[in-house]
Amino acid sequence: MSVDSATVRKIASLARIAVSDAQVEAMVPELNNILGWIEQLGEVDTSSVAPMTAVIPNTLRLRDDAVTDGDVRDAVLKNAPQAEHGFFAVPKVIE
Amino acid sequence: MTKLTDLGIAALRDGFRAGDFSARDVAIAFNDAVASAKPLNAFIVETPDHALAAADAADADRASGNLKPLSGVPIGMKDLFATKGVQTTAASHMLEGFKPEYESTVSSNLWRAGAGMLGKLNLDQFAMGSSNETSYFGNVISPWRRNNGDTAALAPGGSSGGSSAAIAARIVPGATGTDTGGSIRQPAAFTGISGIKPTYGRCSRWGVVAFASSLDQAGPMARDVRDCAILLENMAGFDAKDSTSLDLPVPNWEAALSSDLKGKRVGIPKEYRVDGMPAEIEALWEQGIAWLKDAGAEIVSVSLPHTKYALPAYYIIAPAEASSNLARYDGVRYGLRDLPDGANLQDMYAATRAAGFGDEVKRRIMIGTYVLSAGFYDAYYTQAQKVRTLIAQDFDKAWESCDLLLTPTAPSAAFGLGEKSADPLAMYLNDVFTVPTSLAGLPAMSVPGGLDALGLPLGLQVIGKALDEQSVLNASLALEERAGFTARPDKWW
Repeated sequence: MSVDSATVRKIASLARIAVSDAQVEAMVPELNNILGWIEQLGEVDTSSVAPMTAVIPNTLRLRDDAVTDGDVRDAVLKNAPQAEHGFFAVPKVIE
Repeated sequence: MTKLTDLGIAALRDGFRAGDFSARDVAIAFNDAVASAKPLNAFIVETPDHALAAADAADADRASGNLKPLSGVPIGMKDLFATKGVQTTAASHMLEGFKPEYESTVSSNLWRAGAGMLGKLNLDQFAMGSSNETSYFGNVISPWRRNNGDTAALAPGGSSGGSSAAIAARIVPGATGTDTGGSIRQPAAFTGISGIKPTYGRCSRWGVVAFASSLDQAGPMARDVRDCAILLENMAGFDAKDSTSLDLPVPNWEAALSSDLKGKRVGIPKEYRVDGMPAEIEALWEQGIAWLKDAGAEIVSVSLPHTKYALPAYYIIAPAEASSNLARYDGVRYGLRDLPDGANLQDMYAATRAAGFGDEVKRRIMIGTYVLSAGFYDAYYTQAQKVRTLIAQDFDKAWESCDLLLTPTAPSAAFGLGEKSADPLAMYLNDVFTVPTSLAGLPAMSVPGGLDALGLPLGLQVIGKALDEQSVLNASLALEERAGFTARPDKWW
């Protein structure tokens, strides 16, 4: 499978990365080069193989349903680009 | 008298305990070495005060008889570990100025053990790279140079290139690294030092900036095997805050070090003889086999038939996980925000991510987004995870006839900066020997084996069964004793 500039634009939009026309043109051959190379995985017969879910047998643990953290609002907001009235602030999303 | 900066972790610890020098003297000596090595660009932030404070505490602890495992030992911290109040960037513009309000578990373990921090070490941006050329804060320059009069700047390897360069230059005695596809072992090989990636789950990922969570694993880098064992003991351990952390006791690896390999069988995987591998690396591999035989090991030939598919599988799985992990950088909660005039929220996300990520990071997010997108998920991602199962099964089969594997660490010695950066694929191929182990979650270590004709270090890799770091360390020690690697770069910086 190979990508064209429209596909690259769509991927960039899904990934929320702004790209210029020149960047899209540069990315098309670059991504195709990489995708062409990973294509070789298709030749491996995996019909009777389960996909890997964990490299080391391990069980997901449950912990007690109790509060272990909290009351750290100022620390949470400390690195926010914009914080107002104890909240993260973003550009207006509802007209 | 030996210069303090020539001492490794064990020598510093033991000399401090014996009263040969104070921890403050050690911290001052390394702080000075760090400050005078700017041309290497190994550090993003220097933290001399942190090192001095830990040293003063160590001196007080020694006076009161409360020595800790790493009292008196300063180290470097890869800038992928969150350190409270100290800028943590993952070498990205996105996180420039980010000062975490919390401490990563691994760094916290090290400080509790008495270690001090000399600074935050440079790396490839978000740990994506094999040459330390993707850092927003500039390339790290290897202290090594070719011996033919060529002064071209060489790659220290990546992504833990600041760690490897700083240790090789003797400006830190040891450092943390992280390894997703070879990011501890390949830089160790390029700079003539040692580094071990433990079994997946040994070291907590909590507070480590995430790249590919099913592969990311922290480990130590230092000048020799014993120093790595000491550091690993003080980094590893169960952590309830990491859901994939292994709930197992941390073995006393240092105390059990032994280079007697009688009864051990070492497999030589035939698929690792790749086309175009330099003859010097072939020769070093043969030498390594002879060294292990000399140490009492039995050598057997093994096959890992899916080896050639490891890299393409890795370059689906790692970018897929990265595209998901790096979705958190949205310009809202922390890090960079780029808000063009009149932009709405969606514009802000896209502008922020365009400005905050470097080219290689964007490339991997794009690949990851594509392979996970509707219609392609099964053909790429599911297929890669199935191939990953086959690669892990290859190792399981090999363990039926051997206990360890010996391979070269990298298919070449250090290359020059700029030599491979124009071709992402050529760069990816440098991880051919390290990636399969990462996909299978196994412990693996690189130790220096010798120099090539241009005087550059070459590394040998020992791979072990899951949780058998001890055998990996022991075989590495056997190689180290026989290689007698004492070469070090001449100071030019």
